[in-house]
Amino acid sequence: MKRQIPFALVFIFGFFTIFQYFVPHESSEWVYEFLLDWILIIGIFALALGIWSLWRVSIDKINNRRPNWGYSYVTLAGLFLMIIFGFTAKNGDSWGYYFPFVIAVLLVIIMLIQTIKAKGQSKILYIGLALLFLIISILIGYFDKSWSIHFSTSEGLKNTMFQDFFDYILIPILSTMFSLLAFFIASAAYRAFRARNVLATILLVAALIVMLRFNFYLPGAEYFARTSTWLMNVPNLAANRAIVIGIGLGVVATALKVILGIERGYMGKG
Amino acid sequence: MNLKLIVIFLLMLCLGSFALAETNTVNKDSTAVDSIAPPAPVTMFKAFDTPNDHGHSITLNWQLSADDGAGQNSVLQYQIYRWVPYLMDSLTTLRKAMTTVKEEEIKRGHEKVLKKEMRSLKKEYNAVLKELPSAHKAYPNNGYWKEVGKVPAGTKSYKNTGSKEKESQDYLPDLTDFYYRVDAVTKDSTVRASSKVFGPVQCSGQWFNTGRIPVLVAVILFTFLTIYFVEKAKNGAKLYVRPLSGIEAVDDAIGRATEMGRPILYILGLGSVADIATIASFTILSRVAKQVAEYQTELLVPTYDPLVMAVAQEVVKSAYLDAGRPDDYKEDTVHFVTQSQFAYVAAVNGIMLRELPATNIYMGVFFAESLILAETGALAGSIQIAGTDQIAQIPFFIVACDYTLIGEELYAASAYLGREPLLLGSLKAQDYAKALVIILAIIGLIMSNFGWTQFTDLFKVAN
Amino acid sequence: MNIFDKMMRLDRRWIFLFLIIVCVVTYIIPFKVPIHVVPEVRSIYDFIDTLEPGKIVLIAIDYDPNNLAELQPMTFAIVEHCWRRKIKIIFTALSQNGPGMAEQAIRDISDSMKVDKTYNGKFYKGREIKNGIDYTFLGYKPYYGLVILGMGQDFRLPFPTDYYGTPLDSIPMMKGVLNYDQTAGVIDISGGSITDAWINYGQGRFNFPLALGLTGVMTAQYYPYLGSGQIFGIMGGLLGAAEYEKLADNPGRAMGGMRIQLYAHMVIILFIVMGNVGFFMNKRKKKLREKGI
Repeated sequence: MKRQIPFALVFIFGFFTIFQYFVPHESSEWVYEFLLDWILIIGIFALALGIWSLWRVSIDKINNRRPNWGYSYVTLAGLFLMIIFGFTAKNGDSWGYYFPFVIAVLLVIIMLIQTIKAKGQSKILYIGLALLFLIISILIGYFDKSWSIHFSTSEGLKNTMFQDFFDYILIPILSTMFSLLAFFIASAAYRAFRARNVLATILLVAALIVMLRFNFYLPGAEYFARTSTWLMNVPNLAANRAIVIGIGLGVVATALKVILGIERGYMGKG
Repeated sequence: MNLKLIVIFLLMLCLGSFALAETNTVNKDSTAVDSIAPPAPVTMFKAFDTPNDHGHSITLNWQLSADDGAGQNSVLQYQIYRWVPYLMDSLTTLRKAMTTVKEEEIKRGHEKVLKKEMRSLKKEYNAVLKELPSAHKAYPNNGYWKEVGKVPAGTKSYKNTGSKEKESQDYLPDLTDFYYRVDAVTKDSTVRASSKVFGPVQCSGQWFNTGRIPVLVAVILFTFLTIYFVEKAKNGAKLYVRPLSGIEAVDDAIGRATEMGRPILYILGLGSVADIATIASFTILSRVAKQVAEYQTELLVPTYDPLVMAVAQEVVKSAYLDAGRPDDYKEDTVHFVTQSQFAYVAAVNGIMLRELPATNIYMGVFFAESLILAETGALAGSIQIAGTDQIAQIPFFIVACDYTLIGEELYAASAYLGREPLLLGSLKAQDYAKALVIILAIIGLIMSNFGWTQFTDLFKVAN
Repeated sequence: MNIFDKMMRLDRRWIFLFLIIVCVVTYIIPFKVPIHVVPEVRSIYDFIDTLEPGKIVLIAIDYDPNNLAELQPMTFAIVEHCWRRKIKIIFTALSQNGPGMAEQAIRDISDSMKVDKTYNGKFYKGREIKNGIDYTFLGYKPYYGLVILGMGQDFRLPFPTDYYGTPLDSIPMMKGVLNYDQTAGVIDISGGSITDAWINYGQGRFNFPLALGLTGVMTAQYYPYLGSGQIFGIMGGLLGAAEYEKLADNPGRAMGGMRIQLYAHMVIILFIVMGNVGFFMNKRKKKLREKGI
């Protein structure tokens, strides 16, 4: 029974989605939009689950002193710092006691982590400390009027701290990760492009032409540019279309299998 | 033989690049006329409910004015007018009042007074809305002509699409009598010619989109094929499927991990639960998890999407249960990392280098991270099996992994793994559908080359 | 291990080292690289260049900071071109870290717009770019497929207010702008699957002119859509951005980056050739040895 209900739901909603594609009427649209709203709602609840999972894995790492456990503190600090920054904004020019507040909140979280790990007497000590920092942060939050908390408006997005963390920490880190790709592509290309047989030779020649397409130091550069455009528009297009058609049919077949309950792998029934 | 192939390929390259002729578009300049006489009005003006839509839209068609592109060549644009009752203006006023209240709410927060005001405004608004159809019926009394759009000269049609949201300023009610006219306008906007008024015309939503019949036929045909082959397989017919080395390698890879005493890393990719590649990946994960549970090896599944995490947890849990080892299941086997692409890559790479998994399995939707993941995995000395439907990433996986499932092979994997007749049947249906597509494509190619477009037109799908 | 063996099985770290040296050197020494413009980039330029001032273009900033190097130059080139020609822009950012990218781009381009400049021999006076008049930034909403579908009905469905909380009905340039029908077209600059959603849910359902700005890796995948007419232009990677910069006569980061890319490609080609020479020589030696025995 526990498994029959999900299959019934999949069948009903899967079938409705097909039905909705052919029925433009407002009432079918209304149901469709209603369902889309539900995806959003479920997604947001799942995000909470996700954060809970991240929290648990990080705490587990810290408590069991797994390799590189120190970074888990950085993960959790980043998570909470950005949440705090996103929901607060300063009212005037000065930040007032904002930073002591942020530190106090982070200390509450650290004390809570310690509480989970600690045993006996020290557990009470950490709970006490967590409470103390909580009271400090509430007091600062209540009496300091130079900044305020914004939950329902986007005021917090104008917080310069949020923007600065984004611009000066997140952007450089992510750009660095992406630029690693250039090195990996170079080494992968070196290993992969070997003229082992005829097909591999054709691939190699095509790749060289595309890579040389804007190298104007070579004689006949214009020719390379035009040839690479042709390579992209004709042979590449043809091969891509073939794969796309295959994938398209595969998608329809899998969707059909899921709707008809033939494929139940996503429910743990392989 | 080989040399011949290369020569043919090079010849094709030469021909191909020279075949690329650049086409120049010619810009048409309309000539200015100094002394403007009134232009001829448009003729055959017609308005009708836009077909195959959800309503709230009227399509207008006309024949060009005699002075558009010919005659005096004085028409610059066409302006489209709809007759609206004065009642529409009171709606606009009410809407403005509502917007002001909304703005106040943003400034002052949700105060009770504002809420009450909003409620009464909404009530009044709805009351006026109810009057709209009868106000439109009163044409031509108590109303005026309002410009709803304009199109440049040379255009023969216009779609007056409104919003279905009652509170929108562009709300166009269904089942209401509308009257339209089109003005041919010259450079001097006072010199113009109006068409005859067309009306009443009503818009409404349709229950079937006739433009999508080809899709319906294809869906029915494909469903029929699938059910037919599934039934055939159920009755014991032997269906041959080509072996896939990538799938066969999965079993060996799990055995290897057990021997080495190292974990298996399973990556579901960046897809959401709605992606077919992710759904196919769940099936493979289920199979892997079951074997892992039997061999008592460790499984690591860091995920990118929280919904994917929730489903994957269920999949792994069920697999452990099926293997008869529910106690060995750990909640953190499947865990969430982040929804930022490269932060996720950093986390997974970290796991690879710390835990040194014996086997990495990548199945699902992948983007730029594919090569970074696979190269790091290769560096860590893991056996790697990948499968994705992202065409751009397939070459990267082929280069850096030991086995790769290309495109649809990923979807087919569940059938291979289970060897269940039901799933094999659907695979056969897919093959027949592919054969049909190939035949139709060849026919279409021949027909198009002879200029017979009627055949390809059969497959056109409306938006 | 002989020299050819070494050429064939070079440690990847040597490639990394060589590549980084070449990148740094070409970054430090400035010189110009000629650029050839392909038709699929020209069509995007022509589209913007022939629009009447006052028209609206939707520019979707659907990339995260990791794609910044390749995609931000495209945004700069196109947005500046639009604003110089007094074309209004609706920005959306449907990837999670997209709003930050969009804000940064808007801020920087607004600054550069204050200066008088001459492009392709035409003088443009510097002016202040105003939120709500020259552009509207709608911001981020999760589940991009649904947002793209929603905007096809009415921008106000997914975005009742803009990113800064102003209701769309009180934004001057959004008056009478209901959905894609009131925009001249959409340019999606993206480094991931959002592009597919723009093609399938956006262009597929609402039939507006769509052009794409993509990362270099993704580009080949989207050529079929160009052939089928679903999109009217593609800018691929840094090269695409550089081509646009050349057309707009507005040399920026992309054209500067081309010299690095050019030499990085040459390094890769060099290594590929080296690997192949090693491969062939080894094969030949093996054959000779077999004959000898």
